[in-house]
Amino acid sequence: MSDLVRSDVMIAFAVMMVVTVASRLGGFWLMGYVNITPRVRRMLDALPGSIIIAAALPVAVNGGPVVLFAIAAAVATTIIRRNEFVAVITGMLVAALARAIGFSG
Amino acid sequence: MLPGTIAFGLAFGALCAQKNFTLAEVQVMMAFVYGGLSQFVAVQSWPDTLTMSSIATLALLTTTVNIRFSLMSASLRPWFGTLPAWQSYPSMLLVTDGGWLAATRYRNHGGADASFFVGGGILLYVIWFLSSVPGYLIAGQLTDPKKYGVDLIMPAFYAAMLVPAWKGPRLAIPWLVAGIVALTVHWLMPGWWFIITGALSGAISAGLMDEPATQDEGQPA
Repeated sequence: MSDLVRSDVMIAFAVMMVVTVASRLGGFWLMGYVNITPRVRRMLDALPGSIIIAAALPVAVNGGPVVLFAIAAAVATTIIRRNEFVAVITGMLVAALARAIGFSG
Repeated sequence: MLPGTIAFGLAFGALCAQKNFTLAEVQVMMAFVYGGLSQFVAVQSWPDTLTMSSIATLALLTTTVNIRFSLMSASLRPWFGTLPAWQSYPSMLLVTDGGWLAATRYRNHGGADASFFVGGGILLYVIWFLSSVPGYLIAGQLTDPKKYGVDLIMPAFYAAMLVPAWKGPRLAIPWLVAGIVALTVHWLMPGWWFIITGALSGAISAGLMDEPATQDEGQPA
């Protein structure tokens, strides 16, 4: 721990960087060989919602009531206020409150 | 999304302090890996000793979490594909969940200026890089980040971003497919494969659907 940076940790970070950079550049590069037909267009348009759902739903379902409360609060806030910042803060507040009064998760 | 990014970085800095990373190491990771969710997942499961096989495990973990970036950069191709490669490829290094979602929304509202994505991306990068430092330094006070709901920043942020993407029930069918596949894969397989499989399934189902309503085509076009 006396070292500023440990060399084995740096190697691990470098490997993580390589796969992450490859992900970021790879999709863009591959799409250069794909014709943007209306069908492909529809697939690309469906990506934002699909990625969000796929990343967040399993976490939410396994997170228990607190996570579900927080997400419901964030969605409701966004519908009313159209402001992600307020939504995220509201979600955190609801979760903190729910935990404070004894909900687990 | 800046406040969400700051809160996320703070929480990550605090986590790293608890896991005995040095501040310099944390900043190297913030600057070069630059994938918030993957950094969280990696640090949470960081091995006691790094060997070839444990580094390979970390690499696989990072790939499964971050491969979604390839879908995001793919979707930017119609927009950025007209730029010269020396401009478009470096731009793709700035792909993040928040930056990409904001740029997609801007684009859907008729925006076409690539500097919206690049400028916003650089700002997010700088904010992200700085945000872990105070988190690392105050980690002693933040013994239980869950008490303040810090662990819910990401889910709440995602949920909020979903609302503007809603374009009616028909276009939400891919969401349903993505959700079912992600839940199934999460249930059947360890790790983070559920993100990419769910997201791809949703996109593919959208491609298989016809243009607005009407009958089935019966064959791929």
